[in-house]
Amino acid sequence: MGMHTHAGPAPAIDFKGAVFTLPVLHLYQGDPEAVTRALERHLAQGLRFFDGAPVVVDLSAIRGVAVPLQDLLGRMRRLRLVPVGVRGGDAEQHRLARELGLAVLHGHAPSEERARPEAEEKAAVSRPPRARVVEQPVRAGQQVYARGGDLILLAPVNPGAEVVADGSIHAYAPLRGRALAGVQGDVEARIFTQCLEAELVAVAGNFRLFEEDLPEEVRGRPAQVYLEGKRLVVSPLAGAGRK
Amino acid sequence: MSKIIVVTSGKGGVGKTTTSASFATGLALRGHRTVVIDFDVGLRNLDLIMGCERRVVYDFVNVIQGEAKLQQALIRDKHCPELYILPASQTRDKEALSKEGVGEVLETLREEFEYIVCDSPAGIERGAQMAMYYADEALVVTNPEVSSVRDSDRILGIMDAKSRRAEAGEDPITKHLLITRYIPERVAAGEMLSIDDVLELLAIPLIGVVPESESVLQASNAGIPVIHDKDSTSGQAYDDVVARFLGEERPLRFLEPEKKGFLKRLFGT
Repeated sequence: MGMHTHAGPAPAIDFKGAVFTLPVLHLYQGDPEAVTRALERHLAQGLRFFDGAPVVVDLSAIRGVAVPLQDLLGRMRRLRLVPVGVRGGDAEQHRLARELGLAVLHGHAPSEERARPEAEEKAAVSRPPRARVVEQPVRAGQQVYARGGDLILLAPVNPGAEVVADGSIHAYAPLRGRALAGVQGDVEARIFTQCLEAELVAVAGNFRLFEEDLPEEVRGRPAQVYLEGKRLVVSPLAGAGRK
Repeated sequence: MSKIIVVTSGKGGVGKTTTSASFATGLALRGHRTVVIDFDVGLRNLDLIMGCERRVVYDFVNVIQGEAKLQQALIRDKHCPELYILPASQTRDKEALSKEGVGEVLETLREEFEYIVCDSPAGIERGAQMAMYYADEALVVTNPEVSSVRDSDRILGIMDAKSRRAEAGEDPITKHLLITRYIPERVAAGEMLSIDDVLELLAIPLIGVVPESESVLQASNAGIPVIHDKDSTSGQAYDDVVARFLGEERPLRFLEPEKKGFLKRLFGT
């Protein structure tokens, strides 16, 4: 594609290549009830980045199973996911998907797709993590999500804003809104800030809401937040900054 | 090249319409042909503040829907010949504002006017988004108190995401912070946020501080924008804002708490 004629009217369309990273929803069961319950639990963690997100449904674990695909898709859409395609299913499942208007995506070979989920995760972890750097203030109502790595903030996070990272959060400016680190379950993730005035902090789903004022030793001061077992610790950053 | 300036805030009741009226008047008084447009479809106020509510025949929605020509809807201000008002509809709802319709009207207005001031409604929904979509510059009107600052912060975020300039990858809207209804005594007492507090959170350049003043209510009752009142501190502050907008340097005024003399303390006010 990409032929351009210089005579005649201006073209109405053009095809260009682009690369998108999409979340893949792996189904390990075909039962719509079980899938819905599991999805609801997952989405109830209060993170809104799946709302309206395009997802690819991976069927490799349930190849050969008669899957009520239309029912499943309807339930996903009601939970505000946007299924855009499938991969890894058998011929019949792919035929059904096409009939229902989804794309059939080809990523890995079927044998690779049947690798156990843990193995895939381990492979992902060995990739060097990338940090996302944000230089503008994060304003009320905005959410920044650093997928797959750390988040570095060079400007304030305002009250009413939310910053989220799979890794750690490093705020070289006042942290005033909500900060959630390690959201995919990384219990070693931490939150660091030069000035803690947050409304809520969380590591790997363990959160602390600062309903009353923050403890005096960290309020407005350099601080870090980390998990000690199941306990979320908020402590001053030793040696950093002055009173 | 004409400029579209939106006057917005997020929060209601902070002084957008008061500001739109005086800001547009100030530009026109300096000889710049200016139109001020009321984007608050359904709850229109601009015509009242401008004193032309009895002269509204056709409105913005009529023009968008082709029921009237722009010339029929524009109202010339009685106090200022270079100033025109495009009122909002009282009876329609905000769905009547379409991006394309608004865009076409603004394009036509660009040919005739140097400055187009868009008076935004409160909120962050359609009316407010339509008012800001085509803007080149913005006056973000904020009272020195927490909920107004929060709402202004929200609207700043939306402006960076949902304006035509943002979508086209052009230079972003030039934003100016205007603090209104400022009461120096309450700031000194710690009841109101200070200018620095507001700037720390909103982080956009300050174009002015307008003090709270009874003359604003008098002006709106009379239908004459407060900038015409030379004795009013608010009016003078708005004049400073217009001057700064046009590139003049003026120090901030009316920030000090009134030192009450003995007699004043005896007799009050």
